[in-house]
Order: sequence, then structure tokens, then C-alpha cells
Amino acid sequence: MDLLPTDDQSELAAAVRALCEARFDVDSLRELEGSGFDAGRWGDLAGMGVFAATLEESAGGAGLGAAEAVLVFEELGRALVPGPVLWTQLAAGIVDGAAAGETVVGGLDLTGGAAGPHLVAHLDACDAVIGVAEDRVLRWDADAMRAVPLADSLDPLTPVHHVEELPPGDEIGGAEAAGRMVADATVLTAAFEVGLATAVTDMASTYALDREQFGKPIGAFQAVKHILADMVVRAEVARSAVYAAGATLDDPEAGDLDRIVHAAKICADLAADKNARACIQVHGGMGYTWEVPAHYFLKRAWVLEPLFGGIAEHADAVAASLVS
Amino acid sequence: MDLRYSAAEEAFRADLRTWLAATVPDVGPPPPSNDLVARRAYDTAWQAMLFDAGYAGIDWPREYGGRGASPVETLIFHEECARAGAPYVGVNFVGCLHAGPTLIAEGTEAQQARYLPRILRGEELWCQGFSEPQAGSDLASLRTRAERDGDTYVVNGSKIWTSFGEISDQMELLVRTDADAPKHKGITWLVCTMDTPGIEVRPLVAANGSVEFDEVFFDDVRVPVENRVGAENGGWRVAMVTFSFERGSAFVSEMIEVARETAALAELARKVTRRSGTAWDDAALRRDIGRLAAELDALWALVKRNVSEAARTNEPPGVGGSVLKLAFTELNQRLGELTMSVLGRAGAAATDLDGLPLAELTERSVRSLALTIAAGTSQIQRNIVAERILGMPRG
Ligand SMILES: Cc1cc2nc3c(=O)[nH]c(=O)nc-3n(C[C@H](O)[C@H](O)[C@H](O)COP(=O)(O)OP(=O)(O)OC[C@H]3O[C@@H](n4cnc5c(N)ncnc54)[C@H](O)[C@@H]3O)c2cc1C
Repeated sequence: MDLLPTDDQSELAAAVRALCEARFDVDSLRELEGSGFDAGRWGDLAGMGVFAATLEESAGGAGLGAAEAVLVFEELGRALVPGPVLWTQLAAGIVDGAAAGETVVGGLDLTGGAAGPHLVAHLDACDAVIGVAEDRVLRWDADAMRAVPLADSLDPLTPVHHVEELPPGDEIGGAEAAGRMVADATVLTAAFEVGLATAVTDMASTYALDREQFGKPIGAFQAVKHILADMVVRAEVARSAVYAAGATLDDPEAGDLDRIVHAAKICADLAADKNARACIQVHGGMGYTWEVPAHYFLKRAWVLEPLFGGIAEHADAVAASLVS
Repeated sequence: MDLRYSAAEEAFRADLRTWLAATVPDVGPPPPSNDLVARRAYDTAWQAMLFDAGYAGIDWPREYGGRGASPVETLIFHEECARAGAPYVGVNFVGCLHAGPTLIAEGTEAQQARYLPRILRGEELWCQGFSEPQAGSDLASLRTRAERDGDTYVVNGSKIWTSFGEISDQMELLVRTDADAPKHKGITWLVCTMDTPGIEVRPLVAANGSVEFDEVFFDDVRVPVENRVGAENGGWRVAMVTFSFERGSAFVSEMIEVARETAALAELARKVTRRSGTAWDDAALRRDIGRLAAELDALWALVKRNVSEAARTNEPPGVGGSVLKLAFTELNQRLGELTMSVLGRAGAAATDLDGLPLAELTERSVRSLALTIAAGTSQIQRNIVAERILGMPRG
């Protein structure tokens, strides 16, 4: 039992982090406003092997486990990497060209009764779209979606199209594939949120050491310290659940997979939302400006929370599991 | 990242389970919480059984009489004991969980030989005399004086909130030995035997009605110099060693217990009637209970991460312990709040009624309030996290 990354896993995370720092720094995020997609940067992610990470080696992938994927997505979240990265990774091995990043795959979360409205992110950049419900996986060509681009999106890095009526897609997977995909998607979303929650904690504490009021850094004030401490606690609790969920996906006998997936998503949803809000508060008026990227992080957190079930749905599922 | 236990760890678990299954059923129910003498007898009898079976001092090094278990085995030990419903470390907690480890780290050979075996066998009980009426969170401002007189220190002053002081044999005692030095530099860590003349122990009644903690008064109490642990005026550093153990693996058993209580609360909610059905029909309450159970699963994963860290570094938990303490004590209190919400009007009774264990549940809700105060308040833990993890300026 060892719930810390191995040396190899740490190296992988460090490599992804280095790529993100070089290619997805804050200025690049500003440049990507409105589209959230850039073919060159997408190619860098593909070159790093992000999309093929968990695909079996026989199918041309890296054959890594969910534990490694979790670390990769944590780093992507830390840099707030935009684009349909999660869906393309999930589509690797199912949609031709996804593993190499040559086919850009967007997605629709159809879990929980497929309640609308159906919004597809980054559709302009996509070649194909997959949809996942609890019992099936569907596929469409991107231009078959007959979707309407919406003038504005909440997250400036996540443009959305509205699919008024879902066209019938090709069923490319049944309940087994769908179940695994939903679990993977839930945990990787949570991993991204953990990275996001950590990034805003770092951003807020850097600012708290730098910004002075009343003749001292605002981080010397206890009211600020305690906000920051709570950010650390939320991020660490969520990270623990996400690591355990990744390890359990790789070895379902070693734990209660359903329970730890619920725990991971609940805690990561909480950490992402509350930490991003706290980051804005610690920045004061600057935090409320468009220029300071804190709002990007909070808006992404809001986009991610409902995906694959938010706090409410997962908490209800855990509650149901408690009674006989 | 791997949740599998090794074959050796599984073998350790299997042996322990066999022993617990054979032993725990004969231990009998714990005595009433206010019968401290009976509690001492019960908890020390369990300690003696652990000793005879080779499980006492589970993570103490072998050369000090412990089992020398690895951090992972120690986790398994606490987990299995709690699952089997074995007695908790109880009144032995100061001796087993922090005074003993402090003596191992900082004591002389003579001190180790004198005190450690008796802790392990459950023969001597320890209490912690750190806090004072004027020195709580600001512990280093403590005033209880110790003046050197030949081979003894003469101690005057008082301590407060001393858990199980009344039934203890030894106290880990912090005293001021240099009133002129900066406050952290004039403190000394002593072992004080509780039947030394001049000590008076007065029980305090806690909010849950228990008499578990005391005021302890010292009037010219003579403590031999050989009872000093560490250097004279070097006691603050020793106390920091004590704290590193205090905030260590102590929560594992409680977490298992809280998980059991959470599941029991869900079942209970299905029995408590409300205007329009049962408490479990209240979707908001149900959701809160589900969320709490999920957060507890996450904290269990945090424990495993901390244990993994300890296994790699071979150090007692550092600031990771503060993160866990903060999260777990607040969660534990939320369970208390949810319990009262489930009970509704029935919660006004602290006597069992209609098959509801109201005495236990209401007491538990009150008791949980102590958790964010004892062993460093939540506010102090937040200061520690902000200053030591994030590097915020000390205030
Ligand atoms: C059940 C129980 C058992 C205990 N057992 C023992 C024992 O066996 N031995 C022992 O020595 N002690 C024991 N204690 C004492 C415990 O360690 C202290 O109560 C604790 O350290 C807080 O000190 P205080 O009570 O003086 O509160 P204070 O320090 O007066 O704190 C009062 C309030 O002010 C806040 N506060 C204080 N300083 C700061 C600061 N710098 N920043 C922000 N907020 C601050 C606190 O968080 C708290 O909310 C026990 C306490 C309890 C409740």
C-alpha cells in the first residue's frame, strides 16, 4: 500500500507540468479566449502522449493505468488547459485517430437521464463527438450534430454549441464500456479539478505574500491565513480521494470503487469551486478584474461541477449505499 | 500509487484478526464513562492483553519493548482493532501515543527502563500537564515554576484540562525554569509522579457531564532532577516532539468508528418519524449524510497518503497531521449536528426512548465539540498550515 506517486509517476507528472508551463502559461490562456483551442498546442499534448496514455500498447498506446492518467489530468488542471482533452482521451481506441490527437473528439455527458440542454464544448475544433450514458456510448460526426454556436459562454476558454435535437448516433459501446468510461471520466474530471484547486491556492498564497496593506503582507493577517489554510485542506482531501480512486480503477478489488469515485468527485467539486472563489477574495478588487485569471479558474470549476454528476447526485448515491 | 497490501502485511492482518476474534468477545462492554476507576481497570486490562499477545507499543521500536511495526502495519492494527470492536487505547492514550514515544526519542536509558515497560504492560497511567489557566493556545507562556534545589526541582503553580489526571500515575509536565529567558527558552519537560506530596487534583465537569479532565495544583512539589527529559530550558523542543506524536496516527480508530456511526445514523433516520414520514424522507438531510460519508472516505485516503509518506520518510507525521486534524475534527462535529437534525424533537431527551439510543447519541454530539479545541484548536491548526505549508509570515 503506497498512495504516493512512484518515481516514474512523478517523472511523468513533472514532464506534463513542464509542457503545460511552457505552452499553457497565463498569457497563452488569454490568447485562447473565445476558442480555447489551438492546433499547435493540441499537437504538443498529442506529442506528449496525453491522449494515448491509457490505451493498451497493442493498440498503439502507452498502456498506462488510471493512476498515471490521474496525475496527468491533475497537471492539466493546474494549468487550466482548455480544449476537449478529456473526451479525446476517452475516445482513444474507440474513435480512429483520437489516440494520436489527429481526430479531435468532443463529448456529451448523457448520464443521469440525459437531461438537456445539450451543450457541446469546442465543437468548432472537433471532428467527432461521443456521448456517454450509463448504458451506452454513442458517436457522431461533428458536422452531423446540427448544433448552433452560442454567442457567449460562461468560461471564455470553453465555447459551447447548443444541440437542439440530438441526432441518432452510432452506438459504439454497450453498458460495460459505458460504465468504465463514466467512471474514468468522473475521476479524471475530479483530477483536473484537484489541479485547478491547487493552482488557485498557489496563486492566492503568492499574492498574499506580495501584496501589502497596513504595512505588511496581507498573508500576515489571520483572516487571510485561515482562508488559505482551508484551501490547502480542501485540495489535499480531494487529492487523496482522487489518488485512491485512480488506484482503485486500476485494481478494483483493492477497494470500493463506486464509493471512492463518488468521494473523489464530491471533494474535487468542492475544492475547485470553493478554492477558486477564495482566490478571488484574497485578490481583493484585482480578483474581480478580467485581467487576473482567477475568474477563468472559477468559471471552469462551474463548468466541470455538473459533469458526470455534481455534489448533489454523488452525495445522494452515497446516501443510498448507506442503508440496506 | 497502489492500494494493495503486501503478502506480509496481509499475513499480519490475518494473525491479528484471528487473535481479535478469539479475544474481543470475552472483554465485555466498557464501564460507564463517569466511572473512571473502572475505566482505568478496563483499559489497562486491555493494554495488558495486547502486551501478552505482542501487540503493545505497536509502532515502538523493538529495542524499547514495542512491536516495531511499520507505518502500514500500524494502520492495519488500528483499523482491525476498531473493526473488531476492541477497546480503544482509552485512558492509556498519553502514555502509549505520546509520552512513551517522547521518552524513546528524548529520554535517558534509565528513564526508558523505568517508564516504558510499565506503559506497555498497562501498569502505569500517564497524563499531560501542559495547559494552564493562562496558557492554552499560547502554551509557551506557561508560568508553573520549577526552582532548582540540589537534586530536585521545586514546582509551584497549576495546570488545567488535565485529562484523566485523577487516575494517573505519571504526568508529562512542562514547567518554567528560567523566567528571564524568552518564553520558548525557559521551559523544561519533567516526569512528575502524581502521588508526590503537594499535588492536588480537582475534577472539572465537562459539557457532556463527564469528569474526565481536572485542575492540578502544585504546592512545593519536589521532582527529582533525574526526571528531567532533555536539557534544562530545552523543554519546548521536547514538547514539539510530543506534539508530533500527538497529531499522528491517533485518528484511525476514530475514523472507523465515525464511519460506523454514519451508517448507523442513516438507518436511524429511517426509524425517526416526522410529520410526513421519516427523517430519511428529508432529501436535504439524506444528502448531507451522504456527503459526510463520502468526505470520510476521502479522509481515509488522506490517512493512507500520510501513512505512505511516513513509510517512505520514517518520520512522524509533520504538517500533514494538522491537515488531517482540521478536516477530521470538523467532519466529526458535522456528524454531531446531523445527528441532532435526525433526532429532531426526540433530541431533547438524553434518556433512551422508543428504541432510540438517545443517551449515547446526544452525549456524542456534545462530546464532538471538544475535538476542535483539544490538542491545538482549529484556529491554531490553520495558522500552522498557512505558516508552515504556505510560508505565510508568522503573526
Ligand atoms: C476535552 C479536552 C481535553 C484536554 N486535555 C488536555 C490534557 O490532557 N492536557 C493538557 O495539557 N491540555 C488539555 N486540553 C487543553 C487544550 O489543549 C486547550 O484547551 C487548547 O490548547 C486551547 O487552549 P485554551 O483552552 O486556553 O483556549 P484559548 O487559547 O484561550 O483559545 C480561546 C479561543 O481563541 C482562539 N485563539 C487563541 N489563540 C489564537 C491565535 N493565535 N489565533 C487564532 N485564534 C486563537 C482559539 O482558537 C479559541 O477559539 C484539553 C482540552 C479539552 C477540550
